[in-house]
Amino acid sequence: MYNNSFFSFACHGKQFRVKFINASGSRVPVCLAIPGKIVSLDAVKQFATVDYGGGTQRQANVTLVEVRLGDYVLVHAGFAIQVIEENEAKETLKLFRQMLAFQGEG
Amino acid sequence: MFSLQDKRLAEEIVSRIQKEDVCLRFMHVCGTHQDTLMKSGLDSVLASCGITIGQGPGCPVCVTTPREIEEILLLAWKGKTVATFGDMIRVPGETASLQQLKADGCDVRTVYSIDDAVQLAERNPSNDVVFMAVGFETTAPTTASVLLHDPPLNFSVLSCHRVIPPALHALLEMGEIKIDGFIEPGHVSTIIGLQPYESLSSIYHIPQVVAGFEPLDLLMAVWMLMQQVKAGDARVENEYTRAVKPEGNIKAQQAMNKVFAHVDAKWRGFPLLPKSGLLLRKKYETYDARKKYEDELQEIKEKEYPDPVGCLCGEVLRGLISSKECPLFGRGCTPDSPVGPCMVSVEGSCTIEYRYAKKK
Repeated sequence: MYNNSFFSFACHGKQFRVKFINASGSRVPVCLAIPGKIVSLDAVKQFATVDYGGGTQRQANVTLVEVRLGDYVLVHAGFAIQVIEENEAKETLKLFRQMLAFQGEG
Repeated sequence: MFSLQDKRLAEEIVSRIQKEDVCLRFMHVCGTHQDTLMKSGLDSVLASCGITIGQGPGCPVCVTTPREIEEILLLAWKGKTVATFGDMIRVPGETASLQQLKADGCDVRTVYSIDDAVQLAERNPSNDVVFMAVGFETTAPTTASVLLHDPPLNFSVLSCHRVIPPALHALLEMGEIKIDGFIEPGHVSTIIGLQPYESLSSIYHIPQVVAGFEPLDLLMAVWMLMQQVKAGDARVENEYTRAVKPEGNIKAQQAMNKVFAHVDAKWRGFPLLPKSGLLLRKKYETYDARKKYEDELQEIKEKEYPDPVGCLCGEVLRGLISSKECPLFGRGCTPDSPVGPCMVSVEGSCTIEYRYAKKK
């Protein structure tokens, strides 16, 4: 879905195409973190199973965050590094629109 | 659900940026930002609007010094089981890389997480397992957490962790290039929050925006930086609110502070940067590979290790030249046969440039 999604526009007589991409990839950079949902949690809250969608589930260490079952987390190098809200992306878009509107036409 | 895709909004931001008619140079310090810029084609879009965005020292593997590479090579050579992230094993040392030592029979393992290295030590109690810990504030807490949970005693860490803000200070202090604003790394900021960037804005009057990793995040960050420049502001703003809280991840910060002390450290391409390296505190000395194997590392202690001949990784990391401007780029130095680490790491700007330039 990500790779087929792009927009194009013209600038100074040249046509540009901007691709929407998924920031994840097969080779994972050191600073990358990927969101997933906690589907199971061990008794001492040290490890959790995280579902990344598309049938991918992996163990993650959750000692750096306070989490509950069903929370969404950003996972980096096998560790959950932050809890994130499910609807935050939507909220971000709303915020962007507000900022642009506030700034008016320039 | 976590993906930011809104075509109309992206077009709107680009058209606003176009109208401004500026000539600005921003810097980010994250390989993933560079990857997004190149992969999405945003780099050329923004360049046509008068905005260049360079990658600074934001690649943990790239800023690792030749000495640190020699340390881990020597430990592998001396029979330790060496574990590290994938990129690291291909970085050339003076005579070989970890990968070449592995081919020669040394025990070198690629791991996805420090937890994998700990498991390796648990399963092989007779092996000495050394984890070469590279990474900025995003990764350092993972090392800290492991050490706080009593790993086996045949496990140790060669800490090559570094923190980002001192490098940003150094770039501005050295003043070698004009930088109109910083795009700060989203996932480092997830941990450290916004406060550590404040002094940069107040001392050097530089606008800063913490940004996420999708094209729309970067477009928005650029637009926000432009608004600051236009208004003569120099503040720390947060574009990546869905992952970065102003205070950061306090639990992770506490873990880091318990385990690590800030020390002056060298970065490839930079002079000694004050308080920019993370050293294991005395309490965790039993897990410090430099202490544990002090005798074995003695033979390289006094030696100087220069950068590879002709390699301009240092200049690339300081933002002085683009990867393409290095005479070795694509000629003597390619991802298959790298001379410097910027051509090895997936976060290195040379690798990224090489990968996408070929496709264009």
